[in-house]
Amino acid sequence: MSGGALSAEAAARGMPRASVGRLRSNADLIFAAIGLVALMIGVLTLTALIVDLAVRGLPRLDLQFLTSFPSRRPAQAGILSAWVGTALVMLVTAVVTIPLGIAAAIYLEEYAPKNRLTAVIEVNVSNLAGVPSIIYGLLALGLFVYLLGLGRSILTAGLTLALLVLPIIIVATREALRAVPPTVREAAYALGATRWRVIADHLLPYSSGGIATGVIIALSRAIGETAPLITIGALTFIAFLPAPPVRPEFPFVSFQWLFDPFTVLPIQMFNWVSRPGTDFLPNAAAAGLVLILMTIAMNLTAIYIRIRVRRKVKW
Amino acid sequence: MSHRTTGPLAAAATIAAMLIHQAPAAAQATITIDGSSTVFPIAEAVAEEFQRANRNVRVTVGISGTGGGFKKFCRGETQMQNASRPILQAEMEECRRAGVRYVELPIAFDAITVVVSPRNRFVECLTVAELRRVWEPAAQGRITNWNQVRQGFPDARLTLYGPGADSGTFDYFTEAVVGRAKASRGDYTASEDDNVLVQGVARDPNALGYIPFSYVASHADTLRTVAVDGGRGCVRPSAETVEDGTYSPLSRPLFLYVNLQALDRPEVRGIAEFYLSPAGRNLIREVRYVPLPEQAYEIGLRRIRERIAGTGYGGQPEVGMPIVEVLRHDPRE
Repeated sequence: MSGGALSAEAAARGMPRASVGRLRSNADLIFAAIGLVALMIGVLTLTALIVDLAVRGLPRLDLQFLTSFPSRRPAQAGILSAWVGTALVMLVTAVVTIPLGIAAAIYLEEYAPKNRLTAVIEVNVSNLAGVPSIIYGLLALGLFVYLLGLGRSILTAGLTLALLVLPIIIVATREALRAVPPTVREAAYALGATRWRVIADHLLPYSSGGIATGVIIALSRAIGETAPLITIGALTFIAFLPAPPVRPEFPFVSFQWLFDPFTVLPIQMFNWVSRPGTDFLPNAAAAGLVLILMTIAMNLTAIYIRIRVRRKVKW
Repeated sequence: MSHRTTGPLAAAATIAAMLIHQAPAAAQATITIDGSSTVFPIAEAVAEEFQRANRNVRVTVGISGTGGGFKKFCRGETQMQNASRPILQAEMEECRRAGVRYVELPIAFDAITVVVSPRNRFVECLTVAELRRVWEPAAQGRITNWNQVRQGFPDARLTLYGPGADSGTFDYFTEAVVGRAKASRGDYTASEDDNVLVQGVARDPNALGYIPFSYVASHADTLRTVAVDGGRGCVRPSAETVEDGTYSPLSRPLFLYVNLQALDRPEVRGIAEFYLSPAGRNLIREVRYVPLPEQAYEIGLRRIRERIAGTGYGGQPEVGMPIVEVLRHDPRE
């Protein structure tokens, strides 16, 4: 920034010319310091937690741990049913919530008429993002388990978490769509493109980085949820896997696993932490590490998508 | 590009279409157990060993608490119910309305244990009357110092730890000490997680708390147990004093309720009998509970064999009655 621009701005704010430089650089410095402290509080806390978890859990984390079912003996216990359960529930959640969330956001942002009803819907979507997760659990218990008769199953859990994180995806997608410059839309419309063509060929590709971020924040929240899953009746001890998705006879795929009982990593951890004695604590820490690794893996996928999109999009 | 964005949508539609065709199929020999968290370690050990011996059977164990578990059990959603107290009148009514009949099987003893910090040097034994003075609802905000508990105790703030109101341990303790289930003062640190109570009491030299015996056994170095005088002198909880009935009134039986109709299934009957077998008894000891007298298991096995439904308790939480005494009565529905 040139000195001329600086002083012009200062004059516009009615400040005396001489003190502007010092005041500015002081404020700059102070704010940078506050920002750094704020960042460090978050980063250091997270680091401390992960290091603590790693120190306790890493010695326990081996192939046996990943391929064994829970047991009353800490050294034989494992998280096979828990991590498979978590992975399958997340799969259902992702398949349901991503298309629904993105579609809802596109409608609200690009199609919905700007009237009072839309405004009410918008406020509600934002508010839903702040509703405690246990409320979603109660809703799911009434709706999915009893009314629709889906049982205390992987499908119910996936749908529950999908509802829970849907608002997050909608809000993030709308932000991403809004970040696409209006000139892009106008140029496309000027060339005679239909609304859908503009969305499919321009808006979605350009905003997919932001959408991916929203999706990952949403799924990262879902993967750690315990309360709504306990409400719908996730089990604590389960020493078998859901039915396999493929089978030898026609039609070769099976969706029986959607209706099978399940457990997930956070519930397994909670169970180990709340046992008498300290024997199971290393197991809980190791399960926590696996959960964090699964979250990081999802994050890396999002970062990869974002980098690829950035490389392609040039305005 | 439009291809890529419609991909997930198409997948979701396909799955939805498949689901409509695929109604929830009958589960393959699955036994569902739910209920008390206190009984969970026993159920888990039994389920683990039973599945090891019977590869084609799937057993699931949930923790909904005794009360929450009975709700599911009486709706017929679960086949077996772990309970840290006998079934109550209201729950019997619920089961009856839904047409669910059940066999009541006492499986083990637990002892509710009064604990203090190892740094507390003045409490050795408390009478039931003293415990009542501390825990009754009227004590709220009034009994706040150790010297109010007994003359001669030091002038020190009394801090209390105990399980929350959803716990069977809470129900039993209040019944046994105060005289009415769920009647308790509210100004104490309550947690459904017994480890929180262990930590709290261990750190605070002025603390007094009550927790299940299995938690004390695994924290022997961080907690000190207090003997309880139920009218026949001070008795410390141990496997022996619980088994011979002298640790009274705070030792309690734990129960398994089995859906009578499910008992027709060989795998359900198999696991129920496994609970009561000598092998099951070893598992009970391994997870730090106290097995019942031999006779109790024989009566339990007879109830399974002859399909004797109902409870021996009549819907009232009974305290301090020896288990063999209770088992002698015929169960009623």
